[in-house]
Amino acid sequence: MTKLTPVLSATWGLEKSWTFDTYAKNGGYEAAAKALKTDPADIVQAVKDSGLRGRGGAGFPTGMKWGFLPPPDGGPRYLVVNADESEPGTCKDIPTMLNAPHTLIEGVIITSYAIGCNHAFIYLRGEVLHVYRRLLKAVAEARANGWLGTDIKGSGFDLEITVHAGAGAYICGEETALLDSLEGRRGQPRLKPPFPAVAGLYARPTVVNNVESIASVPSIIGKGVEWFTSMGTEKSKGMGLFSLSGHVNRPGQYEAPLGVTLRELLEMAGGMRDGRRLKFWTPGGSSTPLFTDEHLDTPLDYESVGAAGSMLGTRAIQIFDESTCVVRAVERWTEFYKHESCGKCTPCREGTYWLTQILHRLEAGRGTEADIQQLLDTCDSILGRSFCALGDGATSSITSSIKLFREEYERHVHEGGCPFPRSASALFDYDDTPADAHAVEAHA
Amino acid sequence: MTYDESTLAQLTKDAAEIQSRYPVPRSALLPMLHLVQSVDGFVSPDGIQFCADQLGLTAAEVSAVATFYTQYKRRPNGEYQVGVCTNTLCAIMGGDEIWRRVSERCGVGHDETTPDGKISLERIECNAACDYAPVMMVNWEFFDNMTPEKALQLVDDILDGKAIRPTRGADKVVTFKEMSRVLAGFEDGRADEDQGAGAATLAGVEVARSQGWKGAGT
Repeated sequence: MTKLTPVLSATWGLEKSWTFDTYAKNGGYEAAAKALKTDPADIVQAVKDSGLRGRGGAGFPTGMKWGFLPPPDGGPRYLVVNADESEPGTCKDIPTMLNAPHTLIEGVIITSYAIGCNHAFIYLRGEVLHVYRRLLKAVAEARANGWLGTDIKGSGFDLEITVHAGAGAYICGEETALLDSLEGRRGQPRLKPPFPAVAGLYARPTVVNNVESIASVPSIIGKGVEWFTSMGTEKSKGMGLFSLSGHVNRPGQYEAPLGVTLRELLEMAGGMRDGRRLKFWTPGGSSTPLFTDEHLDTPLDYESVGAAGSMLGTRAIQIFDESTCVVRAVERWTEFYKHESCGKCTPCREGTYWLTQILHRLEAGRGTEADIQQLLDTCDSILGRSFCALGDGATSSITSSIKLFREEYERHVHEGGCPFPRSASALFDYDDTPADAHAVEAHA
Repeated sequence: MTYDESTLAQLTKDAAEIQSRYPVPRSALLPMLHLVQSVDGFVSPDGIQFCADQLGLTAAEVSAVATFYTQYKRRPNGEYQVGVCTNTLCAIMGGDEIWRRVSERCGVGHDETTPDGKISLERIECNAACDYAPVMMVNWEFFDNMTPEKALQLVDDILDGKAIRPTRGADKVVTFKEMSRVLAGFEDGRADEDQGAGAATLAGVEVARSQGWKGAGT
């Protein structure tokens, strides 16, 4: 049985866990103090050696990303923290910042020092007011305690942090769209290369990292590379937050070594609600191909999940039991991608629109057998054909669900509509017979 | 522009403060649009011109940005932005039914405002609280584990002018304009207010504690 390893979440339940005092009393800022006495190159090397991979979904090695920055040329270099957590199912960075914002601030200090950055930015989605309050206060507290400003703790290192609130756009979680948004523009992805390491914020060398990646840095520097690599699997090192949601008895945040299985996590979470059967789940958010109960023992690390045909993503595990209609679930995710497509690339903009039309038709009982093939063909026309991965993500749930549950799509065609009573999958009883109970999509 | 002298003076002072946070002025545009909403309750034509003047942009350039983001409102917004998550997970867990009942009670649909100006209703996308599904947001504070009954009570309280309290967040939900000022980066002194971390947030921590799991290397 894999054991949970609370590191980032270790202090969340403490009295006033978000304050500088609580954080500092529990070992906070010791890693930053150690880092400021270390050669920056050694910190980059330690993070490389730790094997830490980006916790925002793509899983790119964090230390290697830092290493891509060109040599200093005397001009500014930037660290931008991606705190735009919006991938459906993903709910780990918000509790991190709400309950322990100083973990992130300390990570920003160490990372900035390591890469030679004197002005870091935290780009927070705008729809989480209290998180923004907590981050603003944490920055102010860090400054008051001498951890920000000039000549920090006599090290000669200067750092400012600006916490920036977005304004409602999922696409700004894509790193180059985020940079455009932070520059005061529409958040639309840039063509790569050049990568942000070469030409990022204000066309200067920039590192963009997820909240959890940066928040993991203090523990690596403070407790050491060996401690970090003692957790996880061969190529997926360390701990990560696994976010369980849906039809499970105790949904929530479970911080475990990478490689834990859903069977183990489900046991810790009290099992499926009412003992019902698991039907499908997302291993890493709605952009990752669906899994079923056949994947309960798949180690949740980058390689194993990839080999099984999906992606570890953000470890956002959305769990649906047998009462759930997969076509309805996929239809709603597709509406999301249509809504959030920034409109820059035609395959994504038009493709997600037409996918939505077809899925509406199927769910409403007006679909045909040919529609199922049309969905797959349209997905083919989207996948890999746009600047960023939003359109690719939109196809994941469609192609994987047709592969796993084709007969359920066919039932929608042959039975003239959705065969599932909607109230059965809700957490409360309600009468879903009113004519307008199924009509909500019309507003979307 | 039709701002009176003192309003314009305050806006100009705040806009300068916002710009001071960035090495390049244009980065101030998003918070500045939040600032405009804190005064006008939406991104008004005056507000667009104000931002343009501050940053040396055209009004068209500012509009192009403002219309991209869903939090910037093009018509006077309600005092409370009420959102019901109808993304897949919340929808299936009951969000669709909550939406139906809330919309019926308010008498307005998506992106519409009640005639008394109290509530602007919105079907929202995933707000990163899936472990508390079904979720609602009021002025972007969390209302977790909602039911139709709780949702209708919440809406009634807002319509009756009562103070409302989120499940995770400040002691009370501030108004749309007050919220917008915070989003522009001006602290309101409520950061230490707290309703507890929440059961789902602490679920794993509790399991580890009860099992005596202290993590690697201990």
